[in-house]
Parts: sequence; C-alpha cells; structure tokens
Amino acid sequence: MSFSWAKAYEPKHPFMRWMDERLPLPRLVYGAIGGGYPVPRNLNYWWNFGVLAGIFLTIQIVTGIVLAMWYFASADHAFTSVEHIMRDVNAGWLIRYAHMNGASFFFIVTYIHIFRGLFYGSYKAPRELVWMLGLVIYLLMMATAFMGYVLPWGQMSYWGAQVITGFFSAFPLVGEPIRVWLLGGYAPDQAALSRFFSLHYLLPFVIAAVVVLHIWALHIPGSGNPTGVDVKDERDTLPFHPFYTAKDGWFAAAFLGLYAIVTYYAPNYLGHPDNYIPANPLATPAHIVPEWYFWPFYAILRSFTVDFIFPAKLWGVLAMFLSILLLFFLPWLDKSPVRSGSYRPVFKRFFWLLVADVVILGYIGGAPISPARVAIGQIAAAYYFLHFLVILPLVSRFETPLPLPASITDSVLHGEKAEAAPAGQKPRHGSVATAAAE
Amino acid sequence: MATEAQSAAGSQDTATEGGVRRRDFLNVAAVSFAGVGAVAAVAPLLVQMAPPADVLALATTEVDISKIQPGQAIKTSWRKQPVFIRNLTPAEIKAANAVPLSELRDPQSLADRTKPGKANWLITLGVCTHLGCVPLGAGEGENRGPYGGYFCPCHGSAYDTAARIRSGPAPLNLQVPEYSFISPTTVQIGGGKGK
Repeated sequence: MSFSWAKAYEPKHPFMRWMDERLPLPRLVYGAIGGGYPVPRNLNYWWNFGVLAGIFLTIQIVTGIVLAMWYFASADHAFTSVEHIMRDVNAGWLIRYAHMNGASFFFIVTYIHIFRGLFYGSYKAPRELVWMLGLVIYLLMMATAFMGYVLPWGQMSYWGAQVITGFFSAFPLVGEPIRVWLLGGYAPDQAALSRFFSLHYLLPFVIAAVVVLHIWALHIPGSGNPTGVDVKDERDTLPFHPFYTAKDGWFAAAFLGLYAIVTYYAPNYLGHPDNYIPANPLATPAHIVPEWYFWPFYAILRSFTVDFIFPAKLWGVLAMFLSILLLFFLPWLDKSPVRSGSYRPVFKRFFWLLVADVVILGYIGGAPISPARVAIGQIAAAYYFLHFLVILPLVSRFETPLPLPASITDSVLHGEKAEAAPAGQKPRHGSVATAAAE
Repeated sequence: MATEAQSAAGSQDTATEGGVRRRDFLNVAAVSFAGVGAVAAVAPLLVQMAPPADVLALATTEVDISKIQPGQAIKTSWRKQPVFIRNLTPAEIKAANAVPLSELRDPQSLADRTKPGKANWLITLGVCTHLGCVPLGAGEGENRGPYGGYFCPCHGSAYDTAARIRSGPAPLNLQVPEYSFISPTTVQIGGGKGK
C-alpha cells in the first residue's frame, strides 16, 4: 500500500473475515491488483504492456505444460514427437502454434514494455530495482526461449544450440571446457537436449517468482506515469480495480486478437522452414539465424571482424553480453532529474534514434551477411554503445527540460472535460473529478 | 456509485433505484463475452487429453483364427487391452446353454454373446469386470475356475464357458467387443467397415 488514501481491504462475508484473520491472501490481492492499489489516473496505452507480458507468461506456462505431456526429450524421438503433436494429438497443432507464437508475442510486448521504460525514465529513482529485476526477467526469458527453440530438434534447433553454446568457446583457456560441460558432449546430443528440456520447464517458474519481486518493488513507490511527476494527492490516482482492470482487460482482448490472427493464419511466419527438417549433425543450413527477438544482439556479435589484442570472436561475444549488462547501470548513466521523455526535447530525439538503431540492428542480424550489411551493422552497433555510454550522460547534463506540470491532475485537465461530457452536451463543471470519486 | 453529476447528465445511462443501467448491461455483456472466450480457450487444453489419432488408428485389429482348435483359446491385443478368442467345444456350448438365464447375475445367452452360426467362437475382452485384472483360463493349463471358463486370480471372480460371471465380486460378464468375421478364418476386432 503506497499511499495513505489507498482503500483498506474490508472483508464483508463472514467467511472472508474468517479467512482474513488466518491467511490474508485476498487482502494481498486486493492491495496488489484490486481496489486497494491507487494508480496514476493519466496512464496511456504504453502502460498496458506489463499486464500483457504477465498474460503471455501465463499462456506459455499453460500451453507448455500441455506440450510436455506429449513431448519426448529424446534425440531420436523429439522431432517425431513434435510432429505427432502437430498431426495426431487433439488440438495439438493449436497448442503448439500457440506456444511458438506465444514466445514471439511475449517478446513483442516485453520489448514495448522495455522501450516504454526507456522513454518515460521508469528506471530512475525510486524504481531502480524495478528496472533491474525487469532486466533479470528479460535475461531469463532469453535463456528460456533459446532452450525452448532447441527442443523440436530440427535443423535450426540443432545448429542454434551449436552456435549459442559456441559463444562460450570464445573465452580463452576456460571457454572450450565450459562449452563441453554445458553440452555434456562435444556437440549437441541427448545430454544437451535433456538438460535443456529440464531447464526450459524450470525457468518459467523462476520468471514468475521474479515477476512477483518486480511487482512488489513497483508497488512500494507505486506506478510511474507519462508526466513523470510524482503523485501528490488522491485526485492524482484511481483505484486499480475497476479502472485499470477494465482498461487492461479490453486492451488484452484486442491484443490477443492480433496474437490469434497470427497463430491461426500465419503460424510459421515468425519461424524458419529449416526447423521442419530433422536435426542433422553433418549438414549446417545455408543461412543460420536465431529467432527474430535475438537479431539485434546477433548483429552486434557479427560486427566484430578484426582481431585486436583478443580474437574478434571474443570481442563479439563480450559486446553482446555488455549490450545488455550496461542496461543495469542505466539509472546512473542518465542523471537527469526529469523522468518523462515528453519533457526532454533533446533526449526525446535521441530516444527515437536509438529505436531506429535497434531496428536496423535487428534487420542486419536477421539478413544474410554481405560486406555492406556488416558495415551498417558495425555503425549501428557502435551507435548503440555510444547512445548509452556517451550521449545519454551528456544529454542529461546539458539539456534544458520543458516545464513540468504542477501535478498529474493538472496535466490531464486540458479539454478532457469536454471529451468526457456526453455527445452534444456542454461539459459540466467538475465532471472529471466526480467520475473519479468512486 | 452514481453521483449526482452523472445522474443529472445521463438519462439512459443511469437509471431508477434498483433498475438496470445501460452500464450494468455493458458490464455483464463484456464479462460474459470474455467468459465465453475463456471457455473456448480452455477447450483445446482439455480435448488434447483424449486419445490422439495414432491411438485411434489402432482401434481395429485383424486376427487369423484358422489355427485355433476346439477347446483352445488365444490371447491377442486390441487397443492395448487383452482379448480372448476361444473355440468352444460342443460340450462347452452345451454347458453354457444348459444354464437358465434367471440364475445369472448378468443374464445373457451364449447366442447373445456370439455371432449367428458361429456359436463356437467366443470373443471377449480379457479384462475382469471387477477391477480390471486379466483372468486365467486362456492359456494352456491355466486354472479355469469352478465353472470351466475363466477365473480371475485377483479377487476370485469365476466365469463360465460363455465367459459369464457366476461367482465372486465382478458385476458383469466379460465384455464382448465389437467384431466381425471378414472371412471364415479372419476376425476384425473393433468398429469400422472391415474390408
């Protein structure tokens, strides 16, 4: 409970009172996602993607548990067991396509959620730990998604496992032994497949646990908002339920519609045809790329082509890891006291340059290698680091931000009264405030 | 919930005390729609538990019965369940027909349990109707129980020469699966059209 005016849980039914004195679980839920959690009233649609990420985590866990009922983590039978799911199991095709595309959509909403945080300064005090826990979730997601992609044991699965574990061999001396240890062999085989399956089943529950910490840490200061201005009094907030449950609910329905369209009509659009060829340890596919959500990092990896003290391969791997690790230091790289990009004219422009840069990196990472593409990738990779390590600290020091609104309520009171009035009627005095009062 | 400002502003949106407002209707409609969607989304998660197509494809089994002599039985398998195919001797047929139906726990005549003109071919599941053990009696030299048919060693259910329950805890006769003669010497167990 972050604010003094947050409504306390009052059990009405005698059973709920009995329960509350013994195990106050309903009290916890009420305070977290019920009427007891006051949320800034001015959230825009970019704030819907956290809840959506939670929904996709749930979808992945539910469909994944079902797939594990039919899947064999066996180098001889994994591919055929997946085809068995697709062809013979009742609704198996739907459940597997839902899981495949669910992973992609989980990343889509997570990337939007991350860039929302980057634009609105969600990583700044007092929410540094919220941001860092989010990055931990993101890293766990990447590990989970990678291992999940290996499980069908198709060509891309197999060679993806080979290439990704090969990253570790870049480190001098210890690298190759680590790679062999991770795989339980000299190339991906039964041992690797079994341990990937085991961890692929485990990690989503670890993610769920870190999500609980992420939300807990968020609810101490309370949610941020598009102005970045702190909540000052009760007029600035609305209870999470029913206001944001309704907004999140309708938006989730709309977004899940998009997910359903892809799942039903283009289920393999985001995948690779090569993964419908059984794994063959003796033939690498001509064009080997990871899933789309790893492309920007894959581009950074491939940008290092010249040995400099260390081999280029090691630089590539280090840069790839650093590109994510440096995000942990973001709260201290961007020292501007203004949170929201809306009031930071210079930062705003560089933010969109960064978005474009990541999109370019993504394109380069997914495209076949050519000299021109490598050059573009190198520039884009260099800019990525430049943005976080040089531009952001400088901008936060020299930029003059726009004047901030006096309060959240102030910022929303410019024409909304007219919008809130019934069509054809003049706005009534105080209609916004009264609509908020319960 | 309805404030004065709202009730003054909306004529249909708000309404009389205890009446149904337009907003209440929208609420119920939206939540019901989401509920129907949730049920639809759960359906594939439930139907996936049912036997998949490859299991159903094993739903018929063809058996060559030309080598089974009178008095012999074989065990075969259909849908991963044991099936007994017995060639009854004339004496066994006579013994089965001599029992009045009123004496039976699960009254069925031998004719009810065989195909017309094929009264010597007794085809049943080898699954005791008590708790699912495989009764003895199909193999050479096995205990066929006090009624000369099958005897379940688990809890002592005894079946007669028509595989009808005669004593012990089992409630029903051994089940006769759906089957057909697709030639004088070949039986197809399971549904379907045959050849």
